[in-house]
Amino acid sequence: MTIDAGLYDFQGLNEKIRAEKGDVTIERCLGHRFIGAGESERTITLHGTPGNALGCYLNGATIVVEANAQDQVGDTMNDGKIIIHGDAGDAVGYAMRGGEIYVEGSAGYRAGIHMKAYKDKKPVVVIGSKAGSFLGEYQAGGIILVLGIGCADDEVYGRFCGTGMHGGKIFVRAKELCRVLPEQVHAEEADETALAEIKPYLEAYSQYFDKSLPDDGKKFFVFTPNSKNPYKKMYAMN
Amino acid sequence: MLMKEGQVRIPSGCAISGVFSREGNRVPGDLIVRSMSTMHERSNGLGGGFAGYGIYPEYKDLYAFHIFYDSTDAKQECEKFLDHHFEVVNLSKIPTRKTPKITNAPLIWRYFVTPIHNKLRDSQLDEKEFVARCVVKINHEFKGTYVFSSGKNMGVFKAVGYPEDVGEFYRLEEYAGYSWTAHGRYPTNTPGWWGGAHPFAMLDYSIVHNGEISSYDANRRFIEMFDYHCDLLTDTEVITYIFDYLLRRQGFTLYEAAKVVAAPFWSTIGRMEDKEKEKFTYLRNAFPDVLITGPFSIILGFEGGLMALNDRLKLRSMVVGEKGEMVYMASEECAIRIMEPNVDKIWYPRGGEPVVVRLNEEEDHVDQLHIS
Repeated sequence: MTIDAGLYDFQGLNEKIRAEKGDVTIERCLGHRFIGAGESERTITLHGTPGNALGCYLNGATIVVEANAQDQVGDTMNDGKIIIHGDAGDAVGYAMRGGEIYVEGSAGYRAGIHMKAYKDKKPVVVIGSKAGSFLGEYQAGGIILVLGIGCADDEVYGRFCGTGMHGGKIFVRAKELCRVLPEQVHAEEADETALAEIKPYLEAYSQYFDKSLPDDGKKFFVFTPNSKNPYKKMYAMN
Repeated sequence: MLMKEGQVRIPSGCAISGVFSREGNRVPGDLIVRSMSTMHERSNGLGGGFAGYGIYPEYKDLYAFHIFYDSTDAKQECEKFLDHHFEVVNLSKIPTRKTPKITNAPLIWRYFVTPIHNKLRDSQLDEKEFVARCVVKINHEFKGTYVFSSGKNMGVFKAVGYPEDVGEFYRLEEYAGYSWTAHGRYPTNTPGWWGGAHPFAMLDYSIVHNGEISSYDANRRFIEMFDYHCDLLTDTEVITYIFDYLLRRQGFTLYEAAKVVAAPFWSTIGRMEDKEKEKFTYLRNAFPDVLITGPFSIILGFEGGLMALNDRLKLRSMVVGEKGEMVYMASEECAIRIMEPNVDKIWYPRGGEPVVVRLNEEEDHVDQLHIS
């Protein structure tokens, strides 16, 4: 079923999607918010530019975006997949608790903040190129992968990466780490066990975007919380 | 009775957008109106507005005053003042279109003026300072009168309503300029009223703003020491005066002004090379009172250019796109795509990093820190 989003406002479009059974393709999307909110099955394919909070509370469905996405992709997502053939805006995977998000290009500020994990729920965000500042701020669980494809080491992640982190892992691919990390983040080169853990997600990225990691001499580093230096205060010390 | 900033709180986003032709081609106003329509949900109908640059070429050497009057008495009082200080070359009602979506309109008038030569000479002020002081005086002392636009070859159009409706009300399709900015309001803290809609303008500077300033009172107390008066019941007003103060009165470059209002963190300054460290330390120490804290994304309009700026933590969204000589800036990508579906380049500027575009004919000072 194909829906022309140009005929509807965001509310009308979401009602139309919910009224349809089975997979849907949406044409001429332009800023329509909350697409796929809480959807638990089927595949939604989007052409055009979807609005904020795409796939929020997603509960098992698959969303494929054939362009860039805006802010808050997969806000509080519980299960399912979001595949973006382009860049994502700020706060992708915000408070995510399960499922997988794949961004072919770059992500804005605050990717994966407040991500959490519980038992079999382990959220994953994969970003192909670079991520903005506050990557994984207050992360409590799950995996964030930044592949650094085609970007310099000093831009693969920004400032305050992992501030307040107390769980989960951030993987960053670079020749070397040149940006300062907060004291409560521990960084080291990924060992074989860690690499094995991310292998399925790298394979999925290659498959979705028909791209393999370039042979550019970069290696994976993994950031984890450093329990010796728990989060103190940041906003008071600016 | 309107309540002032701090006396009432309305919890709530806003939408901003800008379009700019580097070659100075004149873009009709309805393009930016369409851009705003894609971000309808970011506003709540309590304010919308536009600023157009290069829209009055036939009067380009005159100051264009756009004024709201609450009553004909207020108008008479103000016109007496204007006649006393300015040569009024042309005056007229600003043409509007009746629409049920815009109601309770004040009287809206436009004057093309130039300071009376003897008055200006006797004041011993430069022309812009003379005009600015007159505008501040009217807004502060004349009850029921608000000069909401006072630059040359530019104009602000604003109202209570959704931005699309405000564009229709002011017949913006009949204007064309090389640069437009726009705002859709979702008021936080303060009431929605005509004078409180964005853009806020002083001379040719105009500001559209998404966010809220937690340093408002500190900023206001500082700027009011320099004869500005914050009378328009909202926080954004002070940003306009800060830029007028830094750019026109202090002679800062745009880059320097951006680095004062969105100053780098001390931790960032600490990692700079010695010479840079010294300059940024000076700026933070000398102008702590105009550091703007809290979330913001703004577009500053000025004669010949636009500047987009985010707070240093980037707590509000901003997207910039380019297609040939055209530049687009907006809160959301969709607002750019409706103006130009096939942009050459689209990116998210970093927090505290200004994006400046100027007419090709203008010299670009943006990447320089002039303080030595």
